[in-house]
Amino acid sequence: MRSNPLFLLGLGLAACMVLYMTVGVSGGWSFVLPFRAGKLAGLLLVAVAISTATVLFQTVSGNRILTPSIMGFDALYGLILTALVFFLGAQTAVRLPPVALFALNTTGLMAGAVLLFGTLIAQTRTDLLRMILTGIIFATLFRALTLFWQRMIDPNEFQIIQVASYARFNRIETDLLPLAALLSFAALAVVWRKRRQWDVLALGHDAATNLGLRVRQQTILALLLVAALVSVSTALVGPVAFLGLLVVSLARLCDGSETHARLLPIAALISAITLIGGQLVMEHALSLSTPLSVVVDLLGGLLFFFLLLKGRSR
Amino acid sequence: MKPGIFLAIAMVALSLLSLFVGVIPIVPSDLLHDAAAWELMRDSRLPRTLAVVIAGGALAVCGALLQSMVRNHFVEPMTTGTGQGAALGILVTTWFLPDASLLLKLSVAAATALIASAGVLLIVQRLPPRQPLLIPLVGLIYGGVLGAGVTFIAYQADLLQYIDVWMNGEFSGVLRGRYELLWGAALVAALTYVTADQFAILGLGRSASINLGLNYRQVMAMGLLAISVVTALVVVTAGAIPFLGLVVPNIVARYAGDNLRRTLPMIAGGGAALVLASDSSGRLLRHSFEVPAGTVMGILGAAVFLWLLYRPKSYAL
Repeated sequence: MRSNPLFLLGLGLAACMVLYMTVGVSGGWSFVLPFRAGKLAGLLLVAVAISTATVLFQTVSGNRILTPSIMGFDALYGLILTALVFFLGAQTAVRLPPVALFALNTTGLMAGAVLLFGTLIAQTRTDLLRMILTGIIFATLFRALTLFWQRMIDPNEFQIIQVASYARFNRIETDLLPLAALLSFAALAVVWRKRRQWDVLALGHDAATNLGLRVRQQTILALLLVAALVSVSTALVGPVAFLGLLVVSLARLCDGSETHARLLPIAALISAITLIGGQLVMEHALSLSTPLSVVVDLLGGLLFFFLLLKGRSR
Repeated sequence: MKPGIFLAIAMVALSLLSLFVGVIPIVPSDLLHDAAAWELMRDSRLPRTLAVVIAGGALAVCGALLQSMVRNHFVEPMTTGTGQGAALGILVTTWFLPDASLLLKLSVAAATALIASAGVLLIVQRLPPRQPLLIPLVGLIYGGVLGAGVTFIAYQADLLQYIDVWMNGEFSGVLRGRYELLWGAALVAALTYVTADQFAILGLGRSASINLGLNYRQVMAMGLLAISVVTALVVVTAGAIPFLGLVVPNIVARYAGDNLRRTLPMIAGGGAALVLASDSSGRLLRHSFEVPAGTVMGILGAAVFLWLLYRPKSYAL
């Protein structure tokens, strides 16, 4: 019997989770277990959200090296957050419950994603390089605008927002977990239900139209789902530029099948193993000297470089 | 009006603006009878304005040189590895030799910048020439990976705050005695003007330049060295200013073509004027606080880049 990657990966993930919950516990299980369970749930959610958003975005754009982060989605999230603080005033923004702020931000990102990227997506098939370049420049522009706006807000007031709104892997924003979980479960359910339509969409605009798919409508829906998933992961752990690319490329290597029914779960499992295993190593072996996101970005960036050059030389 | 004359007028006007804009208001007549105003002018405003002019002019010239060397209009040193290389050099020196002199830091920064830009050049030369947008893309990602490496080391060394200082160009720290190194950048940029013709020929490609009797390798090496030294100097004294070297040469090329001997002075003037404008508006936009010139340039530059990318196709791609 040939070994099934899904089964092996599932075993690996289970091992990682058990280790994450139990390694290095010294007494006080009643405190440690709920504390770690919260972080674990957050990591799982982020892992699945990022990998699914990346798979979907690659399907829509018809390209293997694009990801929402490369195209500037999480930079846009930061920009919208800053704009919200700017227009509402820091005092109002702080008094809003984090859940409300998150909801506003997510809505903004969904609208922005459809407006900005909806028109661009049509271009990929004609001029891919220009599209990627546009995305990278968008990301730079959004970051510069965010910095600029942050300077325009009173520094003291901004500090409050920054503390409240920028999370890291080590300190996952557990307040938002229930709402984030709800939103991503809804988005994931839709993605899974429509898995066969994504297969058709992946064939390209003309073929999909011929097969009776409403390509434009499906593209917009996919962008909305991607935006929702990205805002979940960004709100919980902040931007991670290359994780999606890393895990989805690994998933494609792992399994030759191109159907979403296989690609989505395999990518999600690899993503979860990377995040939880990586965090485990960071916390215990390297005693938190470096945030996981920096390491992932470095590796993912190199991979992106490699894919780009390899794809061209062919 | 000729673009050259227009640029000269703009530069003088913007320099005057930069001299008299700031937290403490000064009007020109104060200088005659107020000793404190004179001191402020001598110790802060004048050095700052000079630093801005030199950094802007030299970086724009470097952008034009690099574009000619890789034969592509969409690259510039600050975002394609040279700037990150320089930051890496300063970072490593600060980490291992905290009391190193500025000159040592600068030399290491220039050396790492040189290695980084030689790396990008080697990669770019292996890319197929028929894909003009691939080169800037590879350059940007190369710079991004190097930048991630810099962040990684900064985390290890607990020097993360410094990264912000080097990667975000700002002139508020410029005082008399703290910017003079930049004159070196001005000197290097001026020296490249002597060989402007050779750099213009480089833009015709390797075989054409060798056919025309150019010592291709030597001119390339010279260009790399000039770019690395200027970038390292600017990163050490003010911090990186993104997109400047991209935007200015492109706009000048649109009006005046690619003959570097004719256009380099305009490019230098345009770069100086643009950074002067960003720095002064950074001081005015939120008075008594400052927005870094690098941030203002990041917004302006990204917007112009998008425009260059999507404008109707013309001769200058």
